[in-house]
Amino acid sequence: MNTEYAIRIRNLVKRFGDFTAVDNISFDVRRGEIFGFLGANGAGKTTAMRILCGLSRPTSGSGTVAGFDICREQEKIKRNIGYMSQKFSLYPDLTVRENIRLFGGIYGLKDRTIREKTEKMLGMLGIRDAGDRFATDLPLGWKQKLSFCIALIHSPQIIFLDEPTGGVDPETRRRFWESIYDTAGNGTTVFVTTHYMDEAEYCDRVSIMVDGRIDAMDSPAGLKKRFSAGNMDEVFRTVAGRAVREE
Amino acid sequence: MKEFWASAKKEFLHIFRDRRTILIVMIMPVIQIILFGFAVSTEVNNARVAVCGDMSDPQIRRAVERMDENRYIEITGIISVPGEIDGLFRRNEADAAVCFSRNFGSRIPDGRAGVRIIGDGSDPNTARMITSYISGVLQDAAADMEISVSGERQTSMTPVVQLMYNPAMKSSYNFVPGVMGLILMLICSMMTAVSIVREKETGTLELLLVSPVRPLWVILSKLFPYLLLSAFNFTTILLLAHYVMEVPVNGSPALLSLAAALFVIASLAIGLLVSVISSSQRTAMLICGMGLTMPTMIFSGIIFPCESMPLVLQWFSDIIPAKWFIILVKKIMIQGDGFGPVMKEMGILAGMAALLLAASIKSFRTRLQ
Repeated sequence: MNTEYAIRIRNLVKRFGDFTAVDNISFDVRRGEIFGFLGANGAGKTTAMRILCGLSRPTSGSGTVAGFDICREQEKIKRNIGYMSQKFSLYPDLTVRENIRLFGGIYGLKDRTIREKTEKMLGMLGIRDAGDRFATDLPLGWKQKLSFCIALIHSPQIIFLDEPTGGVDPETRRRFWESIYDTAGNGTTVFVTTHYMDEAEYCDRVSIMVDGRIDAMDSPAGLKKRFSAGNMDEVFRTVAGRAVREE
Repeated sequence: MKEFWASAKKEFLHIFRDRRTILIVMIMPVIQIILFGFAVSTEVNNARVAVCGDMSDPQIRRAVERMDENRYIEITGIISVPGEIDGLFRRNEADAAVCFSRNFGSRIPDGRAGVRIIGDGSDPNTARMITSYISGVLQDAAADMEISVSGERQTSMTPVVQLMYNPAMKSSYNFVPGVMGLILMLICSMMTAVSIVREKETGTLELLLVSPVRPLWVILSKLFPYLLLSAFNFTTILLLAHYVMEVPVNGSPALLSLAAALFVIASLAIGLLVSVISSSQRTAMLICGMGLTMPTMIFSGIIFPCESMPLVLQWFSDIIPAKWFIILVKKIMIQGDGFGPVMKEMGILAGMAALLLAASIKSFRTRLQ
């Protein structure tokens, strides 16, 4: 097992009939790195991410996630990754505690561990009193933090964040990125997709997908230098502007 | 296994926290049974009958008395000419009329005494029921009269109609199997479809699928609570039918449960299929309501007998699992059949369940890829 890289992907292709959603991409993500996965809608981000999460099998290509093969060891991959979607999916008709219990349960944690984690989590989020409130009644910012914590409940090696800050105000976004930094500081690899280019600046490295290919990949500073752009927004527009594929 | 229970427990919480669901699951079966049992009844009850004939004739009086004694028939009036019947029907003062021919009593010995039963054909079902009921009562009376008049029984052939398994022609014998099929299908198909699509909408299904729990177990843990619920409902309906509606359970309850289990599996599979093709809860509800409940009502023989449908529609009715389930319930519960006679229907239902389950799991898997 390679200890330096959390994710290694070689020549990954995914076709749906005639349509090539992911067109021969290769990249590595180091342990503890914050890796930004950018691209316009329809560029193939979601498809690629689903393969990395073990939800879908590639048409061809190979790779490992958390040290496990993406074609053969999807079960083991799932055990070692966390996932948070753009909808901060929690069960609205379950209380905060029940939500935590459920996800602890489906990741196979022991009852005692779940209880301890629940108290720790509520304390950390500063919502100890809200433990028995229904998830639907929580403010959006709390929901976002809670689903982030729940995605980390089984201490995964890698966490996948699919547009984790959609629809959240700038201040909450900034604080959310602080918790992303904390998580990465603890050695967890963060794989994040976003549409906010200021967030792309926070990443250690960024890749930009265009028409199913990765057209640019470097640190934000490196990218800005290469495209002689003032900020990531300009970089993204230059690169993503080459797209020929319709959304 | 622990993962499975965590997920199944969550599904139970969803069911018990949602008032609408509780209403559908707990109250609806009871209400349907009671409604069908007491309100929607196709039995003859207090049929109002007008009599037209010469009341001074002792034989006519006897026949009328005979009808009046019957607890389902009520004599509402004596009229002198048949022309008045039309008015009675129009004013809704009678449901049927019985006209005795002139010189009725004196014609009995030579067998030319005539009786006409006139029903209100604007409601054909009721009219048919009432007229055949009255004719039964009169036939009984006629047999007695012949003996009293001529001292011996005439050798005219009078067929005696007897309905086996349901001597009183209770409609509950027909609708209990029907309601059972409807409710089990509603709970298993509609509720599972809606609950899976709801998770698709909120995005929580993704979270379950990205967890180490195998997709098949995710789905099974969602189906399991509805399986338990339908077992509960099946028992409730059976108990209600038996103790409140007095529908007999002649066959083996175990065999009946086997039929129900097969039907429930088929319905759950249909629910899963619907959840794969629909993108919103509303779509799922519509597909189940229009695409499943309606055809089940029409083609499963609850309301219309399948035998009297055009051939093409009969073929169509053959692919509806509910039809076979309802036939099975009738055969086992009311006719008291054992396994041998119902093997064909049981086999068809089992085949459908297996086919649907395979198809739904396959389509669910394909959607994941």
